[in-house]
Amino acid sequence: MIIGIGNEYRGDDALGLMAARRLRRLLPKEAAVLMHGGDGAQLMGAWADADVVFVVDAVCSSAPPGTIHRFDASADPLPADFFRHSTHAFGLVDAIELARTFGDLPARLIVYGIEGRTFEAGTELSAEAAGALDRVVKDIVEALRPLADRPKE
Amino acid sequence: MNAKTIKVDFLARVEGEGGLFVKLRGDKVEDVRLNIFEPPRFFEAFLRGRSFSEAPDITARICGICPIAYQMSAVHAIEDAFGMKVDGQLRSLRRLVYCGEWIESHALHVYMLHGPDFLGYPDAIQMAKDHPEIVQRGLRLKKAGNAIIRFLGGREIHPVNVRVGGFYKTPKKREFTSLVEELKWAREAARETVLWTAGLTFPEFEQDYAFVALRHSDEYPFNEGRLVSNQGLDISVNTYDDHFVEEHVPHSNALHSVWKGHGPYLAGPLARYNLNFDRLSALTQETAREASFGPICRNPFQSIVVRSLEILYACDEALRIIQQYEEPEHPFVEVEPRAATGYACTEAPRGSLYHRYRLGEKGVILDAKIVPPTSQNQKVIEQDVRHFVTKHLNFPKEKLIGQCEQAIRNYDPCISCATHFLKLKIERES
Repeated sequence: MIIGIGNEYRGDDALGLMAARRLRRLLPKEAAVLMHGGDGAQLMGAWADADVVFVVDAVCSSAPPGTIHRFDASADPLPADFFRHSTHAFGLVDAIELARTFGDLPARLIVYGIEGRTFEAGTELSAEAAGALDRVVKDIVEALRPLADRPKE
Repeated sequence: MNAKTIKVDFLARVEGEGGLFVKLRGDKVEDVRLNIFEPPRFFEAFLRGRSFSEAPDITARICGICPIAYQMSAVHAIEDAFGMKVDGQLRSLRRLVYCGEWIESHALHVYMLHGPDFLGYPDAIQMAKDHPEIVQRGLRLKKAGNAIIRFLGGREIHPVNVRVGGFYKTPKKREFTSLVEELKWAREAARETVLWTAGLTFPEFEQDYAFVALRHSDEYPFNEGRLVSNQGLDISVNTYDDHFVEEHVPHSNALHSVWKGHGPYLAGPLARYNLNFDRLSALTQETAREASFGPICRNPFQSIVVRSLEILYACDEALRIIQQYEEPEHPFVEVEPRAATGYACTEAPRGSLYHRYRLGEKGVILDAKIVPPTSQNQKVIEQDVRHFVTKHLNFPKEKLIGQCEQAIRNYDPCISCATHFLKLKIERES
């Protein structure tokens, strides 16, 4: 399952949604691709029955715009600071940790955070973010190739 | 005389980000400022030149936190401009979808954001380790609200089914079956929520507020009513601009709304409850009495109980609407655009949400004005913090900061709605 999180009217905050749109075209039909606003409680419901989940979201830390952060959330908690600039009081990081507390976390949960430049109101992506988006989409397609090629049991 | 400044860089558990600054001199609070940095008025600029039919979805998507409220205020204001009235089952369905938003928004706040304050946890995750059943109940309640939104809105994230004149598609009666079962559970869970929250311990902090909310002749208000106050206001929504003004304050990019000639006022659940207790369903009133919670509440920390009662009301009202539902002949009333100005206030979970649109020929938006509840409550939030700090100057620093944050959370401020990124800071120097 792929979950792209964002808001298309907030500049680079649209990154996750754009990743989801592209992956929907590139991946086999069996892959569930979801565009999401980032409400933590709904995220928990969305991935409830999935084994392998990739999440793409924009982040705002002090790293240069376009930096790609990749976290294996199934192994370790996410650094909360990376996703602090959320419009949601109960967002992605909280959803992951609450699901971990309840033992409901997907077996494999990979989170890509793309460093954005601007989160101001608007519909344009920054050049740095757009470049990083290409690399993340490619990375996820590659990561899912072995799963897609795996013979069906 | 020594000066103190309290600083907290990041306020947790509010929608968006905020900064609060408090300056103390001796035993006097010298300054309280809620800081907001985003360029204001983007909503309005973005809408200009677009068709009236785009307004519900655009405003809902810009603010993803309470999309139904934005859609409802938008469609009502535009229908007001076009001289239309949407009645009968279509009107009921609008109330129903609004019930869904209140349930999901309030359940999130009661259980995940505000609840941990009262049980002494830094967040819902820590609370879940000791009280998993409480957090699970909150999540399931929220899910029940989201289910209504998904059912009527088409999608729960960015609902797309609402339009000027009604809906794109209306449900069949038989399609409600699974929703009804879950709502019956939710209604009982909401009753338990009221009894649980009413039993919490609250700081003593009664304030003399000017409450402002909609009041309808026979309903607890969602979509319609006159705007009233306990301090002498009873107006039609289309005179809103004569009575309320938004002021620019130097420390914030968001505009602060004030009642002209009166000052700060409180919008939201506490205002609705105090002004409309007699409009709540019998079950909701009875549960309030069972919880020994009176019809007047001036302690903002007890807003958690009021939100719980509103969840109960919304579940009860949703079931009532579904029970009397008959499929409408058409999913929407035909729209005849004309050049005019339209006004609407509806009750978003956090308080009244005002929209005004000036429309040209064929319904092109010439200008728009949107006043979200958090803009209206900013001054009263600052006032609460000022009074709270003045009363508790002797508190240890950490406790004072913690309770100031809680005082802000009483309002469930949606900063992503008033603006987007807002740093919330409390500073103290000695």
